[in-house]
Amino acid sequence: MSARGRLHGAIDVVVTEVVELNSLIKRFHFARPDGKPLPAFSGGAHIIIQMQDGDTLRGSPYSLSSSPLDTRDYQVSIRRDDQGRGGSLYLHREVKPGMKMSITHPSNMFALDKRASRHLMLAGGIGITPFMSQTAQLAQMPGVHAELHYGMRSRELGVYLEELASRLGSRFHVYADEDNEQIDYDRLLSSQPAGTHLYVCGPSPMIDLVLRKSAEHGWPDNHVHYEHFAKASSGEPFNVELRASGKTIEVGAEQSMLEAIEAAGVDAPYLCRGGACGQCETRVLSVDGELLHEDHWLEDDEKASGEKIMPCVSRCRGTVVLDR
Amino acid sequence: MSSAIEPSIKSRPVYGTLKPATAPAHLIIADADGGKAVLDLATAAPTSFLPNAEICYIPGKADHSVTLEALGAARFYTGPSIAAMLPRLKRTFERMHMGTQIYLAGSESLIGLAMKTAMEANIDFEAIQTEHRGSLARRVQCVHCKGITEGVTTQPVTCAHCGLLLLVRDHYSRRYAAFQGVNINAEDPSDIPPKEEVFT
Repeated sequence: MSARGRLHGAIDVVVTEVVELNSLIKRFHFARPDGKPLPAFSGGAHIIIQMQDGDTLRGSPYSLSSSPLDTRDYQVSIRRDDQGRGGSLYLHREVKPGMKMSITHPSNMFALDKRASRHLMLAGGIGITPFMSQTAQLAQMPGVHAELHYGMRSRELGVYLEELASRLGSRFHVYADEDNEQIDYDRLLSSQPAGTHLYVCGPSPMIDLVLRKSAEHGWPDNHVHYEHFAKASSGEPFNVELRASGKTIEVGAEQSMLEAIEAAGVDAPYLCRGGACGQCETRVLSVDGELLHEDHWLEDDEKASGEKIMPCVSRCRGTVVLDR
Repeated sequence: MSSAIEPSIKSRPVYGTLKPATAPAHLIIADADGGKAVLDLATAAPTSFLPNAEICYIPGKADHSVTLEALGAARFYTGPSIAAMLPRLKRTFERMHMGTQIYLAGSESLIGLAMKTAMEANIDFEAIQTEHRGSLARRVQCVHCKGITEGVTTQPVTCAHCGLLLLVRDHYSRRYAAFQGVNINAEDPSDIPPKEEVFT
């Protein structure tokens, strides 16, 4: 966010509806104040919601869970994360219908491969949200096979079960931990016809497991799609010298490095703000202390080299000098 | 020995070296000297490889079918021509499961046509391993009459369909598995450049 406290290219919206889906998940509806359609998006896209939480200005990515065919509003379904940095808590507690907010244009790092005629989708918990927009899009693509396997702690915590059942019929499968139901990854991954594309979104251990198992079962990387937004974590405050801008800043305990850079009025690139897209990759000139990498973008050897960092989610212990 | 393909424009395919992948099944398709790449692949592979492999081989000027069959893959097919193999290959792809690694080795026509068939089964071309061996003869599509001329070794070449003299470009179509041929003397058909054997 710039010094004026706004994401670049932000869209001003009004919260039109807040729906409590269950004890943990609320759905928020955003529309333009003048009621005109919002920009088009594709299934799997996300927006960044800007939040002015007291003195802290944050931007967090959330998948759109509404249909790409209806842009009168955008809907996001957000699970309250009591351990998080506060983005979801702020949304759950503070955001009410009628509030004015800013969001970014949608971007998509979890798009359907439209060359495929078969899509296998695996969702865990709140990881269902991008599949809501994807299955809405697929409903308009006759002859394309999509099946969705949705794991959750309990059926009470599942969302959109009826809507997905009506969209996908017998190709929708629900698994609840409390009923001892588990997705049989080995069976699913070994029995898909050639040409199938695999999509997984859920908690990190689930994504890691599916990536490992799909590799074991010989799935090529290009057929495997996953989305996992790392959370900009809180931690000890640390110092950053922005060599190119000639500034030294402190990153607060509840602030991300990117947010601190933006608060200092330095225009830094970003797209997902979740350590996944690679847009904010920044060269590390030197570090006195230790880099704490939290992203899914850099390769292990790049992380080990200490030459690059993703300021949207990663932190540092000590002082780091960036080429920014 | 790998092929001597010079770097060119982006659409000109480049090939690698076959390496045994971690996969539950392997489908290997080769012609002529591509058979030697398959032998190298089998030599480098763990013992679990061949019992889970199918080899489809089209002999050409070079015939390695006896050695290849003796490898003892789960299935071995040999046929008279690439064209004769393609309908069978289409069925194989339709019945195949995700996880089968595909390996293509030999002439550019074999690699291109097998890849085209795989792409029609929605298999990502980047998920397919390729290795070029042997002839550099090209499948050429005439951009004027759309006819395909097989086994082109000269520059320029006469279109086997419309008779125009074609400059064979490096511009390649993955969808047609063919290099594009453009009339070389459209402005003055009496200007006939000599044909040289370049794709050998």
